[in-house]
Amino acid sequence: MTQTTAEARTVGPSAAGRLRAEHVTVGYGDQPVVHDVSLQIPDGRVTTIIGPNGCGKSTLLRTLSRLLTPSSGTVVLDGAAIGSQSARQLARTLALLPQSPVAPEGLLVRDLVGRGRHPHQRWFQQWSHGDEDLVTDAMRWTGILDLADRPVDALSGGQRQRVWIAMTLAQHTDLVLLDEPTTYLDLAHQVDVLDLVCRLNRERGATIAMVLHDLNLAVRFSDHLVVMQHGCVVAQGDPTQILTAELLLEVFGLDADLVADPRTGIPMVVPRGQKGSH
Amino acid sequence: MSIPTTERLRPALRIGPTSWRLHPRAVVCSASATVLVAVLLVVDLAYGDLRIPFADVVRALLGDSSGVNAFIVRDVRLPEASVALLAGLALGLSGALIQTIARNPLASPDVIGVNAGAAAGAVGYIVLFAAAGSTAPSGVSADLAIPLAAFAGALIATVLLYAAGWRRGLDGRRLVLVGIGIAAALTAVTSWLLVAARLQTAASAQVWLSGSLTGVTSSNELWLLAVIVLVAPVALWQGSSLNIIELGDDTAHALGVRPSRAQAKALLCAVLLAAVAVSAVGPIGFVAFVCPQIARRLAGTSRPPLLTSALTGAGLVLVADVITRLWLTGLAVGVVTSLVGAPYFIYLLIRTQKDHLS
Repeated sequence: MTQTTAEARTVGPSAAGRLRAEHVTVGYGDQPVVHDVSLQIPDGRVTTIIGPNGCGKSTLLRTLSRLLTPSSGTVVLDGAAIGSQSARQLARTLALLPQSPVAPEGLLVRDLVGRGRHPHQRWFQQWSHGDEDLVTDAMRWTGILDLADRPVDALSGGQRQRVWIAMTLAQHTDLVLLDEPTTYLDLAHQVDVLDLVCRLNRERGATIAMVLHDLNLAVRFSDHLVVMQHGCVVAQGDPTQILTAELLLEVFGLDADLVADPRTGIPMVVPRGQKGSH
Repeated sequence: MSIPTTERLRPALRIGPTSWRLHPRAVVCSASATVLVAVLLVVDLAYGDLRIPFADVVRALLGDSSGVNAFIVRDVRLPEASVALLAGLALGLSGALIQTIARNPLASPDVIGVNAGAAAGAVGYIVLFAAAGSTAPSGVSADLAIPLAAFAGALIATVLLYAAGWRRGLDGRRLVLVGIGIAAALTAVTSWLLVAARLQTAASAQVWLSGSLTGVTSSNELWLLAVIVLVAPVALWQGSSLNIIELGDDTAHALGVRPSRAQAKALLCAVLLAAVAVSAVGPIGFVAFVCPQIARRLAGTSRPPLLTSALTGAGLVLVADVITRLWLTGLAVGVVTSLVGAPYFIYLLIRTQKDHLS
């Protein structure tokens, strides 16, 4: 059963969600980047937003995490407008790992991860036993406990990204948003990070929403896929069903085939161009 | 549930439900710096035209006011020494705050126009009132008129900085660039005032401009103390939100801190502290720039530790004061601090270049 890409294609049951965008239009300055987008982030699932460069996926994620304020429409969290909560309150429910975060020079791993506890701390409760336990647990879970005393800027890209994820984990929230968590990492580390993110969802029940630019990894690691183009959602649903060769051509301008992975059956995007072809 | 094998991640002082973070190395640094500043204060009070034994100085400080030495220490030298100490504290703290919010070790209140604003205010006042032939406006003691004018000038410079530099938040780089521009403009105004004034007026303005501790009175001391007592606790309180700001605007937002609000608070404290210090002693260069970085390296932290930076600032100004008393009499304190600061600035620039090229 085919549908035109002009309609948003939703395949599969739509799950309930604490976080959603309602008719959100947002941009930088005068030009809106995201146009009238309504999107539900299903609870307990991994949602990935993909699209070509400039489609507004990062902008949408940043709006969902309240980094940006929409010029029209609202983002709703737990039934209330997201703007009605204090920054601290929000940080206890929703964590965001921004794109390419930079740690200040000389900061140690254990200090950076420890700062994830900030939304839960008070001036007279700066480092409780609970904080200590959660941070140690976060570091152990991400496999960086033996790096605790090293400066963050001395680590490799893959290790550094694990540290940032540990900090997000220490923040102990139900919702975790990640903006391109795999940028600048080699493939092994990209898979590593995404495995970690999935474990976060499976083992800890966290609701994940992330922006990825790699189509194959997005299909492989998501429960719910959202495809954007020119600031609008053009398709969303089960990744194995909504990706078609037509969609790839129309949205990404990519001439490709979709081939099932022999081991798992998950569709893989195989571009048609190659060395020596014409 | 106990944590097997690993040692505690971070020491903390826990009393009942409360808990307080400890950074052992920073605490040791603060304690040592306090002792050092106390020693330097005693040294500063001991030397001068008359060499007073250290024991007498300590006795005089502790309240024993008998004898000529005690009189000299408490009534003649103490105002100047305590102004040096307080100004150093204020400048060190101010520099630490600005370098953290600008995320730039080359930033300091001198750079963002506080010194230039204070200079324009003070020189403007000296030239205008001297030109008109009138004394200070009634109701304001003559001692305080110039510091107040300098303070006002510094605050106006900051308002200009904020107005020109704020755009959806305070970006560190833009802060420094706009500050340099404002400082340049205000320096030009000050130079023009000096050129336009009569020779004697220009000469006395120039004395103020070089950052001198001579002629400091107890009203200066009280003014400085009052502002520091009000602002420093607020500034020191910013510590935990500075920890989050230094992680970047997006991460700060994600952790529940609004960067623009926290930066504005820290900037206000920093400017008030720098403005009051400069208004009391004239523009003393490099203290606010150098001391936070020294403190940072000593304490081994990722950002300049606030208390240690303040104490290092006090130490540097006292050292400069001792040097001018003992060996380079006639030179203003501001010159000596610049002699120390300029080579360090060059070293830091070269190191930053090397880090970028490597």
